[in-house]
Amino acid sequence: MTNTIGDVEEADVILVTGSNTTENHPVLSAFVKRAVKFKNAKMIVVDPRQIKLTKFAEQWLRPNLGTDVAWINGLMHVIISENLHNKEFIEKRTTDFEKLKSMVEKFTPDYVEKITGIPAQQIIDAARLYAKAKAGAILYCMGITQHTTGTDNVKSLANLAMLCGNLGIAGGGVNPLRGQNNVQGACDMGGLPNVFTAYQPVTDEAARKRMEDAWGVTGLSEKNGLTVTKMVPMAHDGEIKAMYIIGENPLVSDPDLNHAEKSFGNLDFLVVQDIFMTETAQIADVILPSACFAEKEGTFSNTERRVQRVRKAVEAPGAAWDDWKITSEIAKRMGYPMAYKNAREIFEEIMKVTPSYAGITYDRIDREGLHWPCPSQEHPGTPILHTEQFTRGKGVFHAIDYISPAEQVDEEYPLYLTTGRVLYHYHTGTMTRRTEGLNERAPESFVEISAEDAKKFGIEDGSMITVASRRGEIKVRTKISDMVDIGTVFIPFHYAEAAANKLTNAALDPVSNIPEYKVCAIKLSGTA
Amino acid sequence: MENQNTIVININGNRFNFVKGDTILDVARQNNIEIPTLCHLKGTLPTGNCRVCVVEIAGEQDLTISCETKAAAGMIVQTESSRVVASRKQTIKKMLSMGNHNCAVRAPHEESWTQYQLKVQGEDNSPELCPAWGDCRLQDLAYYYQVSGSDYSNVQTLYSMEMANPFIIRDFSRCILCGRCVKACNEIQVNDAIEFGYDGDRKKIVAGDDKPLKDSDCVFCGECVQVCPVGALVPKDARFDRQWESKKVRSTCSYCGVGCQIDFHVKNNRIIKITGAEDTAPNDGSLCVKGRFGFNFVHSQDRLTTPLIKENGKFREASWDEALDLTSKRLSEIKDQYGADTIGVLTSARVTNEDNYAAMKFTRAVLKTNNIDHCARL
Repeated sequence: MTNTIGDVEEADVILVTGSNTTENHPVLSAFVKRAVKFKNAKMIVVDPRQIKLTKFAEQWLRPNLGTDVAWINGLMHVIISENLHNKEFIEKRTTDFEKLKSMVEKFTPDYVEKITGIPAQQIIDAARLYAKAKAGAILYCMGITQHTTGTDNVKSLANLAMLCGNLGIAGGGVNPLRGQNNVQGACDMGGLPNVFTAYQPVTDEAARKRMEDAWGVTGLSEKNGLTVTKMVPMAHDGEIKAMYIIGENPLVSDPDLNHAEKSFGNLDFLVVQDIFMTETAQIADVILPSACFAEKEGTFSNTERRVQRVRKAVEAPGAAWDDWKITSEIAKRMGYPMAYKNAREIFEEIMKVTPSYAGITYDRIDREGLHWPCPSQEHPGTPILHTEQFTRGKGVFHAIDYISPAEQVDEEYPLYLTTGRVLYHYHTGTMTRRTEGLNERAPESFVEISAEDAKKFGIEDGSMITVASRRGEIKVRTKISDMVDIGTVFIPFHYAEAAANKLTNAALDPVSNIPEYKVCAIKLSGTA
Repeated sequence: MENQNTIVININGNRFNFVKGDTILDVARQNNIEIPTLCHLKGTLPTGNCRVCVVEIAGEQDLTISCETKAAAGMIVQTESSRVVASRKQTIKKMLSMGNHNCAVRAPHEESWTQYQLKVQGEDNSPELCPAWGDCRLQDLAYYYQVSGSDYSNVQTLYSMEMANPFIIRDFSRCILCGRCVKACNEIQVNDAIEFGYDGDRKKIVAGDDKPLKDSDCVFCGECVQVCPVGALVPKDARFDRQWESKKVRSTCSYCGVGCQIDFHVKNNRIIKITGAEDTAPNDGSLCVKGRFGFNFVHSQDRLTTPLIKENGKFREASWDEALDLTSKRLSEIKDQYGADTIGVLTSARVTNEDNYAAMKFTRAVLKTNNIDHCARL
């Protein structure tokens, strides 16, 4: 997030898109709801599903799946043609405005209505509402990113925020809501194929030299590594021979699972380090038991870049170890000692090689976390990014055209499927499905379908049906609901026994390599 | 030395500056003057429901509710005058007599004591004292003001206990109708699931048109449980776990990216309860159903407790040395035979920064490949 969670309550207008916030970030959703109910903020929700937040919204725009660039360009078209853009901000802080302007010219409300299904007037109203806000916050989540145009979608939202000068101010910002507790930290720590800690590129010789010096090694690889979505097909083709998987369950969370299962099965050696015998662990050669979050010391970095302490409450069961200890022991056996005494000692090394974390110490975050960048121990941390300038200097407007999703409905596969989560479960369910109460509330998977489609395909509420895509099929219970639009169904992906990801499309965004979980074509067939 | 713009209030004989808009309670708290409260809940509009926070203002005939009354220039306030104390005693006594407050604050010499305990134990279906005993605002106040509920005859329990959901017990017999839960639900979490229902003696906190929580709009965030000052709302799995038997450990929730600050309540190496850490960002005490109630996995029988090695298609238990030797040997062999870039590492958005850093360093400095990623995209 460019801004903080608490800052949401400072916004005059909040645009929420591709985030079912009340289910996936419930506590953050309370900030949004309070802003609307008690602080006179107006909310625009843009989402294909009639999520709970729509009840609090001034406007709910319901786009066709995968048409985000079109509606965002549509808003910008209206804002520019009605002269509502922030000229001062554009002049001082950005470049390439003209390129954006000529791109969005064709995205008239009528043209956008044809692509997105959102009535032209709603595009106009939403554009005016957002543009006229003193401070407008944008919140988004995987509904924006999990598309073959995910990167385009995010850049488009950044365009919109810059156009109205909504960056670097309280109550503004472009705010991705991170779905996993430490996805921010895993990225910050360089758990990515192209960067070391704090996003220092591996292709940068100076960065490599710094790390080589810090680690006392030579010959760090100078080419970008592979994303998980590339490793899997390469494992399938025998080009990846071994994998070491820590705390992940790709055999439920990956797209196109049937293909993924073959790929992992094809490895010469698979080692899985986890707290449970996950679907992925079952096919491993070696399983290494690790301690869970309640059994270890350390830090997580949350979605607002706040580095916070994790503390040990109970002993780990049996012989389970901290993840870092297991990794260090493997390193030692491969000839490189990583002899850390404890997590604090690792954090002290992190400070030295991570400029944005340089001023953060365990002592400083003992009571309350700090937002990075925090370059020195005197620095108070940075709750709001880009207040003076962008990281690269001036913000660039990207002229982005609309591209339709990779897979379209046709005669054989006449319905769209979109996937997501429910309140009571988390990701692949390894944790939440082991809590009886949560299972009691949400015991099994379901497919949400509109009453119209149910009638059209002769499906009864509560019946078991088979849902099939070009890649696989699952059996799942029907739930007739007005959450979904006609022509689209929704299935949560938590449930391994009816894994929605057997159906999803592994088509990737060309830049981020994120799969298009949010759109694929499916068909339904009668009682299983 | 006061200039004309300074506004001053007199509390218990001392003069304090205040900012326009502050309530009498705000000014008192800013200056470490204790005024007891029950229904008052930070971050919500005051209701003046419970009347525990009354104070005496010179020149006013009636006592004043300090949580909802704005401080005014020249006000002369007494927070513990005999009238105030008498009023608070009366209020507390009335609340104590409203229901099954079977803690020691009821006079033990009372003849009906045994009979009363038996009645409550029957309704509780347990020989334990009230679940909130020792962690109850009403009990604290009763001790402080030396009040017992013995002057009142036992009232009938109008509404039976609701246990029909996995997380929260609603014990109406112990509800003092302070309304903190309603405030928490409507003004903090904004789930709008509960409100005051019925009138007069039949008044009750209801979900929807008086449904069980499980059939209502309730999403089991448990904010109501956390703010309940008495034993009316208790976590089902930790009903009779006493506060003094556990230690609290502050940490960060491991579900979504909000990073709520939590307090583990730990007893005999087990987490018995999780509550939201108050007065700290980002969540200021709030949690969701997963963060508050979804921790059973930690102590699950399914946890992996020993390294495992697969032989002939089956896992067998192994020592750490065996498993680590095998892992490092196989990774070294594959690296030597096919090259470092044929190995991939998936680190995790679930583990700590320190764990991630170790995995990152291992991949790059030891394996010598950049093939490291995690499930940020999934």
